[in-house]
Amino acid sequence: MSILVFADSANGAFKPTAAELLGKATALAAALGTTVTAAVLGDAPAASLGGLGAAKVFQAAGDFSNYDNGAIVDALAAIVAAANPTVILAPASYIGRDALPRLAARLDTAMGSDCSDLKVEGGVVVGRRSEFAGRAYADVSISSTPAVFTVRPNTFPKPENNGGSAEVVAVDWSASTPTVSVVETLAPEATGIDLSSAGKVVAGGRSLKSKENFDSVIRPLGAALQAGVGASRAATDAGYAPHNEQVGQTGQTVNPQLYIAAGISGAIQHLAGMRTSKVIVAINKDPDAPIFQHATYGIVADLFDVVPELTKAVEALD
Amino acid sequence: MKIGVCAKISPHADARIKIKSDGSGVDTAGEKLVVGDYDEYAVEEAIRTKEAVGGDVTAFSVGPASDEKLIRSGALALGCDSAVLISGDDAEGAGALGTAKLLAAAIKEAGCEVVFTGKASTDGGSSQMGAMLAELLGWAHVSQVTEFALDGGNFKATRNMDAGVRQIVSGSLPAVITCEDGLNEPRYPKLPDIMKAKRKPLAKKSAGDYGVGAIAPTSNQSNYAPPPPRPPSRIIEGDAASAASELVRLLREEAKVL
Ligand SMILES: Cc1cc2nc3c(=O)[nH]c(=O)nc-3n(C[C@H](O)[C@H](O)[C@H](O)COP(=O)(O)OP(=O)(O)OC[C@H]3O[C@@H](n4cnc5c(N)ncnc54)[C@H](O)[C@@H]3O)c2cc1C
Ligand SMILES: Nc1ncnc2c1ncn2[C@@H]1O[C@H](COP(=O)(O)O)[C@@H](O)[C@H]1O
Repeated sequence: MSILVFADSANGAFKPTAAELLGKATALAAALGTTVTAAVLGDAPAASLGGLGAAKVFQAAGDFSNYDNGAIVDALAAIVAAANPTVILAPASYIGRDALPRLAARLDTAMGSDCSDLKVEGGVVVGRRSEFAGRAYADVSISSTPAVFTVRPNTFPKPENNGGSAEVVAVDWSASTPTVSVVETLAPEATGIDLSSAGKVVAGGRSLKSKENFDSVIRPLGAALQAGVGASRAATDAGYAPHNEQVGQTGQTVNPQLYIAAGISGAIQHLAGMRTSKVIVAINKDPDAPIFQHATYGIVADLFDVVPELTKAVEALD
Repeated sequence: MKIGVCAKISPHADARIKIKSDGSGVDTAGEKLVVGDYDEYAVEEAIRTKEAVGGDVTAFSVGPASDEKLIRSGALALGCDSAVLISGDDAEGAGALGTAKLLAAAIKEAGCEVVFTGKASTDGGSSQMGAMLAELLGWAHVSQVTEFALDGGNFKATRNMDAGVRQIVSGSLPAVITCEDGLNEPRYPKLPDIMKAKRKPLAKKSAGDYGVGAIAPTSNQSNYAPPPPRPPSRIIEGDAASAASELVRLLREEAKVL
């Protein structure tokens, strides 16, 4: 009995979601009177997760650098068999949408996807997630074991690693699922910052009027803030920004600490992708634009005047 | 080739979402229902695949019997050849895993070699079905596909991953493909095709027909509520330069995000 956190890693380093989920799992486990374990694929430093609250880490060795959902599911299933958890927490990233439901089906258990909160209620872990493109929220509870939840990146704070070390259990696994092979990895068209897990996002809309303006007004602010760059569908459809920067119902879901929307009206489909952002800044020349109803701070002005000033002000910070 | 597509009927993206007073769910009575946003890409890709390699397309859906009309207009009228609609309390309340079991049984019975689903449904949006189906069928799967082509028994697909990374992958059939926005340009139905679709075969099934038995849902939703309220917004006045520097100050000192 434990809460098993899938501590995702790349190139031997843990992703930020590993600490976020371990921190939350530690609090949930304390409320449930159980322990936290972690699952690691590949060669990331498993023992170090002890400093984030994992009592035991189950590690499946192998080369996972070429993403293959078949291998990931086989290895995770072997870890679950060894760890025998009651709850599995994983990030709501590509792997969370691609591999975790397949793992759940193999374990004949249900899954709550893309949670924006987790709590203990009635002695079990319950997730909170949005439906209908963010227009309704609901609790999801799972009666099969293990209960699988994926959680949006940036939902929980990252605890400090206290330097502790966890016992590491090497788990044997073998491949059995039909695989898909990678022919070519295409580099990101724009910034390499992962929008869905970015801590800050700067987004522009139709009002930018051209790719040149988008590149010379929005991207410099993104660079100054070291933020991911997003766009409304009107902007991606018009070619001002690449499609994979679209934020919204049919684009990416972001969950940053800071979301700056410049010249975006705030259509319901756009809100679907960013409404959980902690702080929302709206810059729009129309005081009645719906985005202002969701903004923490608003500036009613022409973005072509304000955004370059904002870039300068951010650059001037120490 | 036997081609399958999973299409879920759900409220239109612009539908009003009324939360029931006891928080047990949402009431979408009277709102416009459609084939899901991503499912439109799945339907289109299934039809294009048929046009490229021959064969026929079956649309699969789990939902109320009243969805028949929308499956006819949203899938059969566009070029799917037949449909299977699985209805009844056992089916409609089966939860995602139970729904996957029903769809997998129907897909197996139809003998499909490739199945397209949406990346996410428009209502629940949990992005589970495609990968669950692939597991239950023992097939390969690729998620969030933006380009797809068949070459004999093999396929090539481009998938959208994290951090703007895209990958071209290959594999062999059978496979489940989950469709991403922009995979294709969905067609509109033509009036004569809407008429013809009324006579296309649509099998009405129940959970019992697949021997899956009564599926007790293992996931449960409760406490429905509107999105949590946000604090009232604060409008920053002044010319561009002073508003910008005041905003930066507030972001740093008050909101503590810089
Ligand atoms: C099924 C479906 C799915 C969709 N999915 C998405 C999605 O995933 N993401 C998404 O974003 N949209 C999506 N949309 C589209 C959405 O409905 C809106 O059309 C879109 O978000 C509008 O983009 P926008 O705000 O850039 O443009 P507009 O709505 O045209 O707004 C432009 C705004 O800029 C302001 N403005 C203009 N000039 C200036 C200036 N110089 N300075 C300051 N402000 C200025 C205007 O006041 C206005 O508020 C979807 C639509 C449908 C039907
Ligand atoms: N009840 C259903 N009937 C048919 N297809 C479905 C159903 N539920 C989900 N799907 C398919 O699975 C995809 C992902 O759904 P979800 O896992 O609910 O986000 C949808 O886009 C559909 O293609």
